[in-house]
Amino acid sequence: MSYEWIVNILTNNWPMFLRGAGMTLLISIIGTLIGAFIGLVIGIVHTIPMPERGMKKILLKIINFVLSAYIEFFRGTPMMVQAMVIFYGSALAFGIDMDVFLAAVFIVSINTGAYMSEIVRGGIVSVDKGQFESAQAIGMNHFQTMMHVVLPQVVRNILPATGNQFVINIKDTAVLSVIGVTELFFQTRTVSGNNFRYFESFFVACVLYFIMTFAITLLLRRLERRMDGPENYSMIGGLPMQVAKPEDTENKIKI
Amino acid sequence: MEKVIEIQHLSKSFGTHEVLKDIDFAVHKGEVVCVIGSSGSGKSTLLRCINLLEKPSGGQIIYNGENILDDRHDIHAYRTKLGMVFQQFNLFNNHNVINNCTVGQVKVLKRRREEAEKVALKYLKVVGMDQYVNAKARQLSGGQKQRVAIARALSMEPDVMLFDEPTSALDPEMVGEVLKVMKDLAKSGLTMLVVTHEMEFAKEVSDRVVFMDKGVIVEEGPPEQIFNNPTHERTREFLKRTLR
Repeated sequence: MSYEWIVNILTNNWPMFLRGAGMTLLISIIGTLIGAFIGLVIGIVHTIPMPERGMKKILLKIINFVLSAYIEFFRGTPMMVQAMVIFYGSALAFGIDMDVFLAAVFIVSINTGAYMSEIVRGGIVSVDKGQFESAQAIGMNHFQTMMHVVLPQVVRNILPATGNQFVINIKDTAVLSVIGVTELFFQTRTVSGNNFRYFESFFVACVLYFIMTFAITLLLRRLERRMDGPENYSMIGGLPMQVAKPEDTENKIKI
Repeated sequence: MEKVIEIQHLSKSFGTHEVLKDIDFAVHKGEVVCVIGSSGSGKSTLLRCINLLEKPSGGQIIYNGENILDDRHDIHAYRTKLGMVFQQFNLFNNHNVINNCTVGQVKVLKRRREEAEKVALKYLKVVGMDQYVNAKARQLSGGQKQRVAIARALSMEPDVMLFDEPTSALDPEMVGEVLKVMKDLAKSGLTMLVVTHEMEFAKEVSDRVVFMDKGVIVEEGPPEQIFNNPTHERTREFLKRTLR
């Protein structure tokens, strides 16, 4: 390894690295967002209370079965193999010519969706039963209970797991190079194929991957803190509150 | 007197275990009814059956002349007419105090936000929590949480308030503040059904006391009669154990 080579590689190929990193980030952001959305929807459907009889019960059972099959299939097979089946397979078997970028986003999304729906289900189950009961007791139906009481708490609770999934997605998009997505791994391979400096080229890729994942981790930590809101509260028109520290009181009294 | 809720032949089983057996019972307008009895006697289950948090196994619940256990009946609309206060408070963790009291009004009763806030503040004042509108549930003490929970239920302006052992999860020093609020409410003419272990409260506040044991109503009557002259052996035993 030599320092000169790294500088050399960077000065000659920085646009390729940057485009690759950008592509990796774009696919994982869109994929994680769509996947989280899929997960939320499936999580809600999975927790609908089962009606005791009638068509609704049969319908719900069928839907739950299909969703479970989806989750188990995509959690149980490698993303690389799925990419081959979906991209090359659909082209050969059904004559569907997919755009590489769209195929990549699609694969990451449905994979993330499968994992996230389990995370969301866990998040819903972990919300205290009393929260559901008190929402129902004031007349909310299942959808209202979910939207206004349970899901806001679920979203907060699953944020760390979602961040984890995001980081995994950034790294795992590397396998999408098998279908020719020009993400960071693909670009690095092209660079190293030209200069035969594998160590230096992939070292640069490592650093870039790490910067992306670490930045996302820090960003999500901040988001968590923001969602938790301020530690203190202000009283309206009353005496200074009991939990205030002396240095807090001056900002408190203004309000 | 006009009956707000009437229960006929209500039964409830968990598996083969029969928790409520053929209960007949009514709450009249403006009445304060306390349900007493030892743990496992079915008093909480009775309350939870009334607002359908537990599905009764049999019988009828008559409200406004209709049996609400009919399949066609809108249970969500019915529940808005019953204010429920839980042992564990169950304030919405994602909302602050004022939103705990407005979310039901806005989303279920479809009131306008300003109107809902006005109503919420009115009842937060009643329970003495109007200064804490910005606080989150986790920042309040148990007694404060329970008072907000009472205001939340009152904000829906229900026909009857159900209290499920509202002071059982509280530290002894906080029981007083919650009981005081409940006494004030009782004096204001609110219809209340209270499951409680607070015998002093039952004696002082209620118009009628119901004693339950092993899933049946053993005895009911005015508090003086139940506490001073119980007719049943089981009531006498229970009171001897609790009053000492």
